[in-house]
Amino acid sequence: MSDVVEKTLTALPSLLSLDSQPGSTKLSSTSKLGTLIRGITELTSKHEEEKLIQRELVSIKEQVSSPNTSMRQMKELMVRAIYCEMLGYEASFSYIHAIKLAQQGTALEKRVGYLAVSLFLNESHELLLLLVNTVLKDLQSTNLIEVCMALTVVSQMFPKDMIPAILPLVEEKLNHPKEIIRRKAVLALYKFYLIAPNQVQHIHNKFRKALCDKDPGVMTASLHIYLQMIEENPEGYKDLAASFVTILKQVVGGKLPMDFNYHSVPAPWLQIQLLRILSLLGKNDPSTSEIMYEVLDESLRRAEINHNITYAILYECVKCIYTIDPKSDLLEKAAKCIGNFVLSPKINLKYLGLKALTYVVQQDPKLALQHQMTIIECLDHPDLIIKRETLEILFRITNAQNVTVIVDKMLEFLRINKDDYTTIDLVGKVAELAEKYAPDNEWFIETMSTVFSVGGDLMQPDIPNSFLKLLSEGFDSVEEDRKLRLFAVDSYVSLLQGEPGKLPQRFLQVISWVLGEYSFLREELEAATVLRLLAKLLDMKNTSSETKSWVLMAMTKLCERGAGVSVAQEVSETYSSSLDTVLRQRAQELQHLSRHSELRARVLPRDAGLEPLEVDSSLSFLDGFVSEALAAGAAPYKPPHQRQEELAQAKALSLEPYGLSLPISMSSCSIADRQSPTLLSISSGLSGESPDLSHKGGSSTLKLDGVKRLWGREGYLAQREPVEESARVEVPSPLRSPSQQGEADSSHSQTPIPTPEPEQEKQQLASSLFVGLSSQSSVCLMGKSEPTPQRFRRKAKSPGSSSSASEKTSNSLVSTPSTVDNLMCNNLLDSNITSELVVSSLEQTSQLSQGLAAANGTCDAELTDSDVKGSSPSLCGDNAVAAADPAPHEDPCKDLLLTSHLPAELSGLSHSEITPLCSNQSLDLSASHVQKEDSLVLVVFIYNSSDSDIQQILLELDSEEIEVSCVCDSAVQEASSHSVAVCQYSLTVKTPSVHVEVVGTVSYQFPAGTPQSLQFSYKLPLTCFIRPLTVSTEEYGTMWLDFSHDTKQNLTLISDGQEPLAATLNVLKKKLQLHVVEIIGMEGIVACRLLQDQPCLMHCRLNAGTLAVWLRSPVPALPDCLMYHCQRALQEH
Amino acid sequence: MQFMLLFSRQGKLRLQKWYVPLSDKEKKKITRELVQTVLARKPKMCSFLEWRDMKIVYKRYASLYFCCAIENQDNELITLEIIHRYVELLDKYFGSVCELDIIFNFEKAYFILDEFLLGGEAQETSKKNVLKAIEQADLLQENIDFQMRLFAGVMLPNMVSESSGLFQN
Repeated sequence: MSDVVEKTLTALPSLLSLDSQPGSTKLSSTSKLGTLIRGITELTSKHEEEKLIQRELVSIKEQVSSPNTSMRQMKELMVRAIYCEMLGYEASFSYIHAIKLAQQGTALEKRVGYLAVSLFLNESHELLLLLVNTVLKDLQSTNLIEVCMALTVVSQMFPKDMIPAILPLVEEKLNHPKEIIRRKAVLALYKFYLIAPNQVQHIHNKFRKALCDKDPGVMTASLHIYLQMIEENPEGYKDLAASFVTILKQVVGGKLPMDFNYHSVPAPWLQIQLLRILSLLGKNDPSTSEIMYEVLDESLRRAEINHNITYAILYECVKCIYTIDPKSDLLEKAAKCIGNFVLSPKINLKYLGLKALTYVVQQDPKLALQHQMTIIECLDHPDLIIKRETLEILFRITNAQNVTVIVDKMLEFLRINKDDYTTIDLVGKVAELAEKYAPDNEWFIETMSTVFSVGGDLMQPDIPNSFLKLLSEGFDSVEEDRKLRLFAVDSYVSLLQGEPGKLPQRFLQVISWVLGEYSFLREELEAATVLRLLAKLLDMKNTSSETKSWVLMAMTKLCERGAGVSVAQEVSETYSSSLDTVLRQRAQELQHLSRHSELRARVLPRDAGLEPLEVDSSLSFLDGFVSEALAAGAAPYKPPHQRQEELAQAKALSLEPYGLSLPISMSSCSIADRQSPTLLSISSGLSGESPDLSHKGGSSTLKLDGVKRLWGREGYLAQREPVEESARVEVPSPLRSPSQQGEADSSHSQTPIPTPEPEQEKQQLASSLFVGLSSQSSVCLMGKSEPTPQRFRRKAKSPGSSSSASEKTSNSLVSTPSTVDNLMCNNLLDSNITSELVVSSLEQTSQLSQGLAAANGTCDAELTDSDVKGSSPSLCGDNAVAAADPAPHEDPCKDLLLTSHLPAELSGLSHSEITPLCSNQSLDLSASHVQKEDSLVLVVFIYNSSDSDIQQILLELDSEEIEVSCVCDSAVQEASSHSVAVCQYSLTVKTPSVHVEVVGTVSYQFPAGTPQSLQFSYKLPLTCFIRPLTVSTEEYGTMWLDFSHDTKQNLTLISDGQEPLAATLNVLKKKLQLHVVEIIGMEGIVACRLLQDQPCLMHCRLNAGTLAVWLRSPVPALPDCLMYHCQRALQEH
Repeated sequence: MQFMLLFSRQGKLRLQKWYVPLSDKEKKKITRELVQTVLARKPKMCSFLEWRDMKIVYKRYASLYFCCAIENQDNELITLEIIHRYVELLDKYFGSVCELDIIFNFEKAYFILDEFLLGGEAQETSKKNVLKAIEQADLLQENIDFQMRLFAGVMLPNMVSESSGLFQN
């Protein structure tokens, strides 16, 4: 095509191209994209397509990089690039041009640019940073469509670190007159919340505003955020439950505009969202659940049209009803609903019915009984998805009586299933059931064999681990253990005699371990036979070297008896020259131990899996060897870290990544630490010969009974210290099964027969599947079931220790009230002791308030001293206090009173306004924070406004972002009537965020009353944790280079008539307590630290009327948060 | 929602929208395998799939498959209706939509999707509002196109009425 034609075509793209009006298929087929698409459809082979696309890409590349290409052409090129990418061809060269198009194009070109960006890049792509400025500009645009586009792209992806840059603008959009903008802003904030929750913490109240928005669309959008927040912390939003219920009522009652109807159902999306929120709020909370019952009932009633959308709502309703605190008549209706789903001829509904059944069956096994025939039909359903879900139900109702049938069904499914994920999941479930409910040895071993062969090398490694552990630990009866092991040996021998080549590696490893360990139990079985069978495994092509070392290990254990030795010798010969060092090592061991039967008996005592191993961690038996070696001139041993240090000193460059390889090379032939053939390569490298590390590396070092110790009494031994072994507590694991053996027999006869003409076979299956699920048992199934006798009782560590521990701590916190009085007096007399300053009565303190009135908020030590002795009974509210009025609180008298309670050593420091936290008729809580030079102290005032004494006051504070520690013994236990108790807490920041919040509970008790509690939260800005950091310019320079987290932003300058940079920095210094290190011309460097000592450095430069600020710190998020506060500080100025 | 894919009966991808950050390689792998799995299913089978660790909801409209991956706790049926609503929107916009419309105007289909679902969540469920938003943006385009056509002298008579129809909405 000639240039002229080319140009004419591109100059008139809209004429021919796709971007005209709806339904323009015909027009577009003549565009370039159309040509491309048609070209592709005409091709016959994949290869031709590739050639065509590559050609296309080359031409696009040429055009996008040409300076003559207009934005309009660029738009069209981008569309083509998107198309090529969709076909699976990379067009990464166009990414940068997509950003450029979004930046420079007119609105409609921008739209394509933004679309291309959102399709090409993902949120971690570095090019996305280039989009930030464009987004910023568009957010400020007066063109609504541009704002919309910017918000759309922001809510799909945005670099996390850049959120602070646009956050104020997005926040602002929440007040926009257009609902579409508000809605998109809410969704953008939702996205921010998902990727960086701490960035949007300070706008939680704005979310509430969005929830109350007059436009239903905005309100719906805000529910996404609420759902997320409530999922994380349901307790924090209980107060909203009533509002959500009201909204749902209005929606269900058809109060929304018709626009929101979907197939004449009012706003189904909204309904479902609300139902999900309600179920989260009502979970385990009877009083909140109470307010939902009515609207849930209403929803169930209203949803009667036979359409998918009503079923969607019903399904969510049912889930909600079963999640919240149960109410019997609702449960009944929900159960009926589930019945309708399960019995529906529509397959999608049936599937959801089964899912709902799975969800509720543990609470209500009767329901499974009701639908047993459907369940059985579904078991044979041609769609594997249905089948799978049915098995899930069965898994949940398994008990000791139906386990064989259910496991059979599961294994049947496993054999036809092709999806790896399902296999892994199901194999785990079968193993769990087999272990829990196995009726006899044969069944157990056979089932596990199937599990191993079907699960193959996909299954979770803990399945074979726990199987071997079970086998070696044994259970109560020695005879039973023997039988089980014997049966395992028998069945594995016959498996090996068959076609072992088909068995997965993991299974072969299990087999070799079992045979090595227990084949002596079968007396008529000759060791040589087993050895030959094992040797056969070594010869198979596809046996992995890991399996081979298991096999060799087993052979080492077996080669004791005469005839086998020759086989062993032969094998060891072959492998002693193997390239694999682990195999070679094993072969050597086999060779030596097969020759010296005495040594072998000592090293590998038979059936010693249960004996505790003694570990000589000091390796004292090597002493002789070591002294000989030293005498012969060997260098004394140095632990690896020492060697490393010396090496580092010796060489100028310390290349840490290579550090580890040095000890490995020295110790790779060591004989220490080879408890496992699989771990050898790793552990020997790390532990080497160093005694301190071999200790950690695992049990004994020189008894070469390798495999056995990996699967010892404790199961996987490698990571454990041998000391623990003796101190084990055997506790039967809590049972999760809903079964009840005691009632098994009765239930057998009670199984209802609902189908009119039951087929014999299915009926039989039903009775075998649903045995043990009687209707009687459902009562106790709601609560905890009593433990079923379990065949293979797991030996687990004592559970529930954590709960008892926490009880203990809370007890210890509540000390006897009798001692408190004394303490209180002592403290009052000695103002230097910073403990609890509990002042016993109003009268005592009122004098202080007079004095304080003059000091207006700050009290000094002198006054506190006088307070101790001064007990003049003047009452609060007299003239002195009235004069002190300017405090902004409703109750200045109280505020001042509280101020007077500030502990003496804090009184000289500036403290924040005393804010009320919460109150009820008997307690009034307020708090204030005091900035000390090296810490931040939170002071909580507890004012007892009741007429009686309050005891056992216990204040618990908690926070996600900060660490709260009680200042020594300031825990208050008691406050007498009308007095104030004070608690002090020292706060340090764990993870910086713009605002940090402390959530607390105060629990207390009247002498003759029940315990009560009050909750509160206290929010403080990050700035109160910031302190100046005094460094020199040089120190600053070195620190600057070390810090990895940074953020940059342009801030507004302040010019109060003087030099703008100095003025701005002064404001920041004053407001945020920063330290200005130096100002050089247009640049300034500033330093501060976050308590305790996490530095943050700031570099400012004057740049075109703004202040370009660059913050750096070793702490993630700190620069962002500080930037926010800097911005705030300058705005407020 | 984690992603949405549109593909033809022949397994050709027509639209893809990812709401979770994945590498291109993973995307391609998921697409390839999922398309295969879904195409292998028979028409009467369940529209929901537990596939890998995801939950898939798919539906076929004529020759086109719409396929969404959702979170475990999400409601499958409502997702099916999201697909349906999207098809309704396309249908309304293109006027009885067919696969060709989506092939040739895929960027329009993306714009509609972005107005309907944002960041994987249903943004606006009112059909009228979605179309209004799209048309407003199109309008901008129309105006410029309109001038272009006048300038080129190839203005088609029926276009005036169609573009004026947009104003009324």
